[in-house]
Amino acid sequence: MDFLRPASWQEALAAKAEHPAAVPIAGGTDVMVEINFDHRRPEHLLDLNRIADLYEWEVGEESVRLGASVPYTQIMENLRAELPGLALASRTVASPQIRNRGGVGGNLGTASPAGDAHPALLAAGAEVEVESVRGSRRIPIDAFFTGVKRNALAADELIKWVHIAKADGPQQFSKVGTRNAMVIAVCAFGLALHPATRTVRTGIGSAAPTPVRAKAAEEFLNAALEEGGFWDNGRIVPPSVAAQFAQLCSGACNPIDDVRGTAGYRRHAVGVVARRTLAWTWESYRGARRVTEGAA
Amino acid sequence: MRVNLTVNGRPQQADDVWEGESLLYVLRERLGLPGSKNACEQGECGSCTVRLDGVPVCSCLVAAGQAEGREVVTVEGLADLAGRRAEGGELAPVQQAFIDAGAVQCGFCTPGLLVAADEMLERNPNPSDEDIREALSGNLCRCTGYEKIMDAVRLAAARQQEAV
Repeated sequence: MDFLRPASWQEALAAKAEHPAAVPIAGGTDVMVEINFDHRRPEHLLDLNRIADLYEWEVGEESVRLGASVPYTQIMENLRAELPGLALASRTVASPQIRNRGGVGGNLGTASPAGDAHPALLAAGAEVEVESVRGSRRIPIDAFFTGVKRNALAADELIKWVHIAKADGPQQFSKVGTRNAMVIAVCAFGLALHPATRTVRTGIGSAAPTPVRAKAAEEFLNAALEEGGFWDNGRIVPPSVAAQFAQLCSGACNPIDDVRGTAGYRRHAVGVVARRTLAWTWESYRGARRVTEGAA
Repeated sequence: MRVNLTVNGRPQQADDVWEGESLLYVLRERLGLPGSKNACEQGECGSCTVRLDGVPVCSCLVAAGQAEGREVVTVEGLADLAGRRAEGGELAPVQQAFIDAGAVQCGFCTPGLLVAADEMLERNPNPSDEDIREALSGNLCRCTGYEKIMDAVRLAAARQQEAV
């Protein structure tokens, strides 16, 4: 095994071009487990720890440009206002030790259906900027996950930034597991209200071969909210609408039975957290409306 | 490969390091520092917790080469670290508190807990019970049921407050 330690992004891209099978390692919280357990013996490890760019983030007008290696701890502490869904998801990652090392780039690189960041990214709306010596491109998050632990990266590409839309409304994240810390999701759900476009976006984790959006549920809820004038009148979402939304979210799942839970449980639980996160986000949307109107 | 790093304030060099080796292995098997424990090797148990440039991490998940040029503090260095914070003594206050509160049974999880608890107390001298639970949520103990460990961290915090 060779340990490649590029000192700059350009060097990293050159190394990846030369050794397309090289395994990038940043926080190491996935890669080292595989090496420790002898599940993986790559010929080259490509260490990204010395590339300072990957640890930076920039808050822009419309979106946050998040460096691939920014640890979850930093996201929780510094980006709660801009990326509330991702900040909540980050809080549920493993333990402080893991959150101090792991970041969204690695989560996307591993592309596990259970990756905690994915539902939040799907719900907020994001693009993954990847680069190789051939150039860079932005992959929409909806096109990023291509199979179980597979993503849209080419062999010579590395993840540099994740561009995540800044929240224009309340966001929530809910994860089901056996305890609060150190848990891989049995299932997870992210929900973002986008009052600016009067749309709702979702993300489901651990309940299909890849993280997915519940598109039929989103379309149903968008239409129901529009039809009832809910974005304007700020009324409570009727229980029948919430129930139908929950059912459609369950229907978007394509889960398996495994040691963490059965397919039936996952489908049911996704419906429950879909309904809850809708109630939480809608309540805070209504609260924000009242404050705005009170001030006007 | 060769890895140069600073451990507990001392420059160290490890030779013949395998490229896939963890920082934990380097500390225990090459540098003669067996305080950090090797158990799960997957970041679940926290018994290998050390500070890497000040930040608590699972040393089993840091590739040895990633520690090149960086500063590591292990449980063996906690008393020195406390000394540098002017909390001198043969043991760090958090270590003394673990003894006084009876928070050590088999002792396997203790080094990781000490490093994690010490870092939290440095950052947050007056922690709530929730803060303590959160800070120690990545460290598993299979003996004590955590109550004595909570007592120990509260005791260390209280003593730290008195000393101010």
